[in-house]
Amino acid sequence: MKKILMSGNEAIAEGALQAGCTFYAGYPITPQNEIIAYFAKALPERGGVFIQAESELAAINMVFGASSTGVRAMTSSSSPGVSLKQEGISYIAGAELPAVIVNIMRGGPGLGNIWPAQSDYFQSTRGGGHGDYRCIVIAPYCVQEAYDSMFTAFDLADKYRMPVIILGDGMLGQVMEPIIPYRKSHVAYRKPWALTGCKGREPNIAKSFFMVEGDLEKANLKLQKKYQMIQQKEENFEGLFLDDAKIILVAYGTMARIVKSVVNKLRKDGLKIGLIRPITLWPFPNKVFNKHLKPKTKFLTIEMSYGQMLEDVKLAVNGKVPVEFLGRSGGGVSTEEEIIKKIKSMK
Amino acid sequence: MMKKIFAHPESLRDTSTHYCPGCGHGTVHRLIAEIIDELAIREKVIGVAPVGCAVIAYDYWKFDCSEAAHGRALAVATAIKRVRPQNIVFTYQGDGDLAAIGGNETIHAANRGENLTVVFINNAIYGMTGGQMAPTTLIGQKSATTPLGRNAQLQGYPLKISEMLALLPGVKYIERTSLDSVPNIIKTKAAIKQAFLNQIENKGFSLVEVLSPCPTYWAMSPQDSLKWIKEVMSKEFPLGRIK
Repeated sequence: MKKILMSGNEAIAEGALQAGCTFYAGYPITPQNEIIAYFAKALPERGGVFIQAESELAAINMVFGASSTGVRAMTSSSSPGVSLKQEGISYIAGAELPAVIVNIMRGGPGLGNIWPAQSDYFQSTRGGGHGDYRCIVIAPYCVQEAYDSMFTAFDLADKYRMPVIILGDGMLGQVMEPIIPYRKSHVAYRKPWALTGCKGREPNIAKSFFMVEGDLEKANLKLQKKYQMIQQKEENFEGLFLDDAKIILVAYGTMARIVKSVVNKLRKDGLKIGLIRPITLWPFPNKVFNKHLKPKTKFLTIEMSYGQMLEDVKLAVNGKVPVEFLGRSGGGVSTEEEIIKKIKSMK
Repeated sequence: MMKKIFAHPESLRDTSTHYCPGCGHGTVHRLIAEIIDELAIREKVIGVAPVGCAVIAYDYWKFDCSEAAHGRALAVATAIKRVRPQNIVFTYQGDGDLAAIGGNETIHAANRGENLTVVFINNAIYGMTGGQMAPTTLIGQKSATTPLGRNAQLQGYPLKISEMLALLPGVKYIERTSLDSVPNIIKTKAAIKQAFLNQIENKGFSLVEVLSPCPTYWAMSPQDSLKWIKEVMSKEFPLGRIK
């Protein structure tokens, strides 16, 4: 198949369409506006439904409604807008509906700025809204992987009936790269729970409300069981030079592109250095950390935020080895030189 | 052979409700169930229940239903109807849900002219949370958050959202009715039925505002509540066709 040039945002939209997404609702916000524009044109052409919502709240609740009927539905936004969506994401998790939410992160807190950042790691991986729930979080690091991730995201959302977040940043959204926009048949999940009208069956109810004593605890334990299964089965990462690495760098998304380049350079210089690039941020790929945990291994977490993924890395190594940190935020990105300087200081 | 003239609607579950004595919700639930039976649409209806006293309306009806976060019923319903235009979709919302926290969703669903049916219960109070001021609370009306009575200087005026919505070209039909008497309950049923028929005929956004008693948080007997709707509330919120 011929390669075509696409931005990360466009690849996300096209990937979603190829994965069978037939409903999108969203509200404009930079730096993800190419996604909403892509759907506005493509969805009506391909027989789907596109709605420009009056707010992020409305958009995520439209996704709730569309998903409750059994179609593949998504929304996208950037950091401040995703904060607004948290109410709806919590309801979607509680009602066990599938949904895909794309967050092309920008600088925060508050209105922040429109430059790339990774400061929504906590919000994405810890649930984000109220209640005991999780979202699967996938963090692609190049345009092709952004495209590929959409198939995975919709499949996981349907398989586990839960929200799946694609966590990118302004750089990933805006950068243009040649990709192969392949087609792939997707699994059609049976959805006997969908609201379609109760012809020939008992009524279905989409809800997250459990008032009878004990019912909510039961529902929450069911969610926890599901999350444990996901933690077992769905961890995903890319590892580089891990077998003999003395220093293992940990980075995801755009940051991982720069870090990967550093690792390749220093390897050529003979330094025993490796990389773990988490692709799923939740479930965090704990197993690979355990596998490569030797008494003298040192870890260095590098982020476009101030020590958010760092906490997961520390949990993964459980205090057995030191974990160092390098990070910038608010539009700042650690350069190769800064990373190399930090690594040299660890030797 | 005797003719059967009264039966339990198929669309209403045979169960008691959690509503207080004299509350209007049970009456309107039943009217909706009767209408759905009469229109023979039970198997294609999808209802959207609110947050508020009617939060578990789906436990009383016998057709597919969705919950919606507080105020978001019309966003949820918009998507359901757009994805499944062959279904009949309605929302059931109170005054706080529709006119306060969901004001934006209400205005924009109406302005888009979504082909939906909205049943709007106006009882001028927040019931579920314990009788706080609603956007439709009357001037001088006491509530948990207006202990001295609603003061226009501090809390503004009763919000006439139906009249506001009637200004929008996307809106097809708006009527305000009341539950204060049997003739008015019959009119309420006719109005809600019209709102469903409009959707079946693809005419667009239809809303029926129902003035409904809340004896508990009005601190009145059920009888006095009906009298208050007739003598006080419907002066502020005049009954009849608005659009």
